[in-house]
Amino acid sequence: MTLPDQLPNDVPAIEIVDLRKSFGALEVLKGVDLTVNPGQVVCVIGPSGSGKSTLLRCVNLLEEPTSGEIRVEGIDVLDPDVDIDRVRARIGMVFQQFNLFQHLTVLRNLTIAQQRVLGRKKEDARQVALANLQRVGLGEKVDAYPAHLSGGQQQRVAIARALSMEPDMMLFDEPTSALDPELVGDVLDVMRSLAASGMTMMVVTHEMGFAREVGDELVFMDQGVIVESGHPREVLAAPQHSRTQAFLSKVL
Amino acid sequence: MYAVFVAVIVMVVLAADWGRLQRVFFQWDIARDQLPEIITIAARNTVLFTLIAFGGGLAFGVLLALMKLSTVAPYRWVATAYVEIFRGLPALLTIFAMAYAVPVAFSFRPPGGAVGAGLIALIMVAAAYVAEIVRAGIQGVPKGQAEAARSLGMSPNRTMFSIILPQAFRIVIPPITNEFVLLIKDTSLLFIVGTTPAMKELTTYSRDAMNTAGNATPLVMGGLLYLMITIPLTRLVAVLEKRQARSR
Ligand SMILES: Nc1ncnc2c1ncn2[C@@H]1O[C@H](COP(=O)(O)OP(=O)(O)O)[C@@H](O)[C@H]1O
Ligand SMILES: [Mg+2]
Repeated sequence: MTLPDQLPNDVPAIEIVDLRKSFGALEVLKGVDLTVNPGQVVCVIGPSGSGKSTLLRCVNLLEEPTSGEIRVEGIDVLDPDVDIDRVRARIGMVFQQFNLFQHLTVLRNLTIAQQRVLGRKKEDARQVALANLQRVGLGEKVDAYPAHLSGGQQQRVAIARALSMEPDMMLFDEPTSALDPELVGDVLDVMRSLAASGMTMMVVTHEMGFAREVGDELVFMDQGVIVESGHPREVLAAPQHSRTQAFLSKVL
Repeated sequence: MYAVFVAVIVMVVLAADWGRLQRVFFQWDIARDQLPEIITIAARNTVLFTLIAFGGGLAFGVLLALMKLSTVAPYRWVATAYVEIFRGLPALLTIFAMAYAVPVAFSFRPPGGAVGAGLIALIMVAAAYVAEIVRAGIQGVPKGQAEAARSLGMSPNRTMFSIILPQAFRIVIPPITNEFVLLIKDTSLLFIVGTTPAMKELTTYSRDAMNTAGNATPLVMGGLLYLMITIPLTRLVAVLEKRQARSR
């Protein structure tokens, strides 16, 4: 029996094959193929409604795909025998609306899943939580409630909450879109240092600067398909497809 | 409008025969005869019965709310049918059925005799109302809360009990307190089951004391005691609602 951390390096962190997803009659993903390798940062851009969130949410099965294959570290997450909760515990997720647990303190937000899902001792969970709060620059907010934090602080706590599970990869769904412009920088700084530490990341974003600097690959989605992908500098500087050109001319 | 209001008040005050009113509704010696039993037994039983009915109704009502939101269709059907039936029937009828019809039909003797049967009926009725309140509270918790919990690997049950329900309870504190006030008054319906002196609640006690004394004074005292319990609670609901509206 091979342990997950002894998997050979050529097993992709995320492997998506011909993924389709419909909401009723509306087909939102129309056959998406995407591979994210360990340590890679893949940024996903595209117009609103193109299916970026749905794609991301299929990876940890917050949305149930209609058809296709999804493997996370080689594990077929659509296999009914797979314990999806264990897979999810290895995939950190950061939401546009932060989604901190409103009734719990910052510390408890960071420890509850460590204790209840990973079975860590209370004190161990606390140490991990404090270290991650330091990492996002919010060590002094341990006892605060989410409602008393700014949006930028809440999002950094949300990142620390995901990191406290010591995940193998992180999914970000427009993590800065709900923030006031002056608070975006702090969150991007945290994500930048996370990428530098070697974290595997899949990031849906409108921050083209971040994608250009930090991304290893840029994926442009439109109307449920990947229209174009490649190295961020190349895609941004010389988009091949007319739909990519049209989109970039609007946002850049 | 105020002039009309004042005129009506003045007319009522002038028309009333105050001596007769006091003779019928408030005689000091009869009032004194009710003490301390009207408080130590009757008011105490009203509060005790309310707490029992509320506690039971809350536990059972949460269970029904979870069933109504279950992914298992038969659970939803059963819970929906239950809520529709017990919200649709008069509480008095349910109490009557539990106290008289059910023991005969199922040869089931509820603990605590007739009052016990009446309390079970009140629990059943309260549960139906609590179920609807709690269901709305659960659905009032933003969907992102459950998604965040599931994305951290929490199971559906863990998510419900650690993340959703605690937040739902905050949302439902005002309507649940309101339900508590309604229950205080509904315990008066237990008068139809008939009972021993030690088990009388306020309404039964007041009615019996009124018949014994041939005078309405005990009824007035009973009414005042109800108000002394319910008005502080309804004020509390108003404060809680205002506070919640502000924190939105
Ligand atoms: N739960 C849902 N039910 C129905 N339609 C949905 C649901 N979630 C998303 N959609 C639809 O799917 C399309 C893609 O949505 P989404 O993946 O959120 O796009 P993006 O993140 O790129 O803006 C949109 O048309 C949206 O309205
Ligand atoms: Mg989106």
